[in-house]
Amino acid sequence: MNISSAHQKIIDDLKQQYPDDILEVTENRGDVLVRVSVDAIHNICQRLYDEYRFIYLVDIFGTDRFTSEDRFEVIYNIVSLRDQLRLFIKVRCEEEDPHVQTVTDIWKAANWQERQTYDMFGVIFDGHPDLRRVFLPEDFEYYPLRKEFPLLGVPGSIELPSTTPDTED
Amino acid sequence: MELENKLASKLQPTFFKKHQEAIYKSLEDKHTTVEVYEDDPLATHMVLNMGPQHPATHGVLRVILELDGEKIVKNKLDIGYLHRGIEKIAENKTYQEFMPYTDRTDYLSPYSNNVALCTAVEKIADIEVPERAQYIRMIGCELARISSHLLWLGTMVMDAGAVSFFIWTFREREKLYDIFDNFGGHRFTISHSRIGGVANDLTPDTVKMIKDWVVNFKKELVGWNKFLNKNRIFFDRNKDIGTITAEEGINIGLSGPNLRATGIAYDLRKIDPYCKYDEVDFEVPTRLEGDNLARYYCRMEEMTQSLRIIEQCFDKMKKGPIRANNAKQTYPSKDEVYYSMEGMIHDFMMTDTGVCPPAGMECYHAIEAPKGELGYYIQSDGTGHPWRLEIRSPSFANLQALEYILDGEMVADTVVLIGGLDPVMGDSDK
Repeated sequence: MNISSAHQKIIDDLKQQYPDDILEVTENRGDVLVRVSVDAIHNICQRLYDEYRFIYLVDIFGTDRFTSEDRFEVIYNIVSLRDQLRLFIKVRCEEEDPHVQTVTDIWKAANWQERQTYDMFGVIFDGHPDLRRVFLPEDFEYYPLRKEFPLLGVPGSIELPSTTPDTED
Repeated sequence: MELENKLASKLQPTFFKKHQEAIYKSLEDKHTTVEVYEDDPLATHMVLNMGPQHPATHGVLRVILELDGEKIVKNKLDIGYLHRGIEKIAENKTYQEFMPYTDRTDYLSPYSNNVALCTAVEKIADIEVPERAQYIRMIGCELARISSHLLWLGTMVMDAGAVSFFIWTFREREKLYDIFDNFGGHRFTISHSRIGGVANDLTPDTVKMIKDWVVNFKKELVGWNKFLNKNRIFFDRNKDIGTITAEEGINIGLSGPNLRATGIAYDLRKIDPYCKYDEVDFEVPTRLEGDNLARYYCRMEEMTQSLRIIEQCFDKMKKGPIRANNAKQTYPSKDEVYYSMEGMIHDFMMTDTGVCPPAGMECYHAIEAPKGELGYYIQSDGTGHPWRLEIRSPSFANLQALEYILDGEMVADTVVLIGGLDPVMGDSDK
């Protein structure tokens, strides 16, 4: 692995503070990903925000690993403007009833990003102020970016306007 | 009575009932202190629904405003009317096949979107891009930036009342379209960038067209600046509207020129240079006010800087290959395909299987698109199709900030604010 010294410093500190919660550190082409346990996500984000000035939340999104355990992954893409560093934090959650604690109280930007993850994967963010679907209507019952959702969609899953205009009686 | 019933049935939502109910419910729940007017004889309290089909919302953005007289008490944005499931489509396409779909995300700057995807794939698959191709990409990106900003300028000034300006910016965009037509063979969604390089080299004709246009456009910009910077109506419409501080802007996740208008010089071309942006000389325009006028100044200055970058690119560009010469990673040139067996096999393999990044690899690459940070996060499972491709779209982040900015503004400023933030629904809805 080829982790820059600035990243290494942060990871060492996190490992010291949360020895049981830092599960995995990976590096791909210079991007550093830290997998943490799902219960500690809020505390770790708070610490990164306070101590290392990761004040800019770029993105939150989910992925579907399609495994029987820890199926969904939520990835946080955060940037420290002071040190010009980018860091990725990951958590994994179960297929049945996936829950992650919200980070909207740290970054307001997390609001829509978490809604987007909920919309696409059905991951529930506990403590979110307004957890509604963001792209799809509330009437839609499926989570389209899950791997079992067919590419062509589910016929009849969404009510569409009739193509013939109403006749005035 | 019959008429009343008929009217009531007309007012009931006929589609997405749950969705409508949830929006109105969240409008109530957003703030804890809701003043309820028991008797409101003048009906100053009302809920106004703008869009999704509304000329000033730049696409299909729906804004639901709760008004107290002319003041916006709270608001909710309803997006997703242009949701096409681009990320789902990406999982079923090879990287190169997905390229034309990126044109349709932020459809005002297709070239930037192509480059964003290409750079992300090149990063994950570790593909070297020849220098000349990178300069061509930079020229394309900057032309796309100007084209996008021109549309923003035209519509924003039109939202503020000056309709004729729209025609002037569109005249320049028309010239840009002609350039793109010569550049990559399409006027609008050009898909000229390829993984590992670009599709074809700039012809001398195109180079001359761009150079001539740059000279003319500089004069045009000076004239526009004269016209708008001393325009009293434009000033009064935009000054101190939608003001946001740097701290708020960062926290709410503003991106691109909107963030720079609050005073934070966050530009990926400087912070994390891709292509050859570290070899050209340009400035990142910022303003401190954070209002709509500051956003206007930032974008106007950015266009001037883009012209500088284009000129420097032409000076620094050397002759050379325009695509990596590795048949396992990039398409072979058409000469090879038509005249050699290997070329045809490679072309077929690239179309069929495509680039295969290592299994288990995941990485992110972002570029500074006209609207802000446009990033692609790719997870690979070792096949030619991405396991997961996530688009971080700048308009989505900016629209979220719009919801925050609109609170407490006047209803007449809504259209100006939407115009000033420059969202593109194709980008935010994915």
